[in-house]
Amino acid sequence: MSQTSKDRSFIAVIGDEDSVTGLLLAGVGHLTEDKRKNFLVVDNKSTAEDIENAFDEFTSARKDIAVLLINQHIAEKIRYKLDGYTNAFPAVLEIPSKDHPYDPEKDSVLRRVRRLFGE
Amino acid sequence: MSGAANREAVFPTRMTLTLMKGKLKGATTGHSLLKRKSEALTGRFRDITRRIDEAKRKMGRVMQVAAFSLAEVTYATGDSIGYQVQESVKNARFRVRAKQENVSGVYLPQFEAFYIEENNDFKLTGLGRGGQQVQKAKEVYSKAVETLIELASLQTAFVILDEVIKVTNRRVNAIEHVIIPRTENTIKYINNELDELEREEFYRLKKVQDKKQRDAAAQAAELAAELAAKQALDAEHLQAPSALTQSAPEDLTADKDDDIIF
Repeated sequence: MSQTSKDRSFIAVIGDEDSVTGLLLAGVGHLTEDKRKNFLVVDNKSTAEDIENAFDEFTSARKDIAVLLINQHIAEKIRYKLDGYTNAFPAVLEIPSKDHPYDPEKDSVLRRVRRLFGE
Repeated sequence: MSGAANREAVFPTRMTLTLMKGKLKGATTGHSLLKRKSEALTGRFRDITRRIDEAKRKMGRVMQVAAFSLAEVTYATGDSIGYQVQESVKNARFRVRAKQENVSGVYLPQFEAFYIEENNDFKLTGLGRGGQQVQKAKEVYSKAVETLIELASLQTAFVILDEVIKVTNRRVNAIEHVIIPRTENTIKYINNELDELEREEFYRLKKVQDKKQRDAAAQAAELAAELAAKQALDAEHLQAPSALTQSAPEDLTADKDDDIIF
């Protein structure tokens, strides 16, 4: 585990256009040498399959990503994948978006927190 | 034998008993150590979950502010800069590195954000209009991402600790409910067997003693009988010579007594 965490240095984003734009402005965006992006813009035309593929790519295929940020309303579409995801690296973090306020009840990790404390 | 199913398959000897006692001691020590580890981790775990809860709420507010600053950018530039931004991405300016923190032998990663200042992909963004707003949005979003990174390290620590606590608790329970009772049962079994052997040995010795005594008594009786027989014989022998000696003077007296008269 310590080995794999060393060379992870990027932050990946799956989100709507505004969230991605904002995070890219902060400077998280990166193109690999074979021109692969570390972010995915989800719009009305994106299918759940596209999101799943991106999720799999960022969590399993690529080894240079430390944190994956995903908009909560997009996470809802692939909720079963997030609930089944238990790896420590990369850390998957649900973030609110402009149009969808943050709801702690839906968050996979927070739900686990609540379950552990028997609430 | 009680609990015969729940004990180790050993020969009941004193050596195994010593071995088992050592094992029991080891298991008890290990149990208390693991229990303490589990408690330490659980304490840490509770702390982290509380902080996650707080951080998640804070994140909600921070992202709201950030979204607002982006709306300002859109307003100032007149159209969405999303496409331009996405296309000008090349190198990440904002990166993280993982540090490790040791909590009771468990390595918890901690992400640390750092900037590579020379990487600026958005030199031209907002050049015409709204440059100030873009700059502000950049700053606000950088702060937001820092918060997110902090949350990510908490969350990773949470996931790892959760796993480790489960494993530790499993081991504590295994020692408490399987290994210790089984070792105790084995010790009891060995003790029982040893006691049984001892009783058997004692009984055997008693029997041997008994037999020996009986033998000795028989021998003594025989000896006594023999002695008695001998004595009887001796007595006979004694009487015979006395008769002889008596007969001689009797003869003498018989011969001479009549003669000698004073």
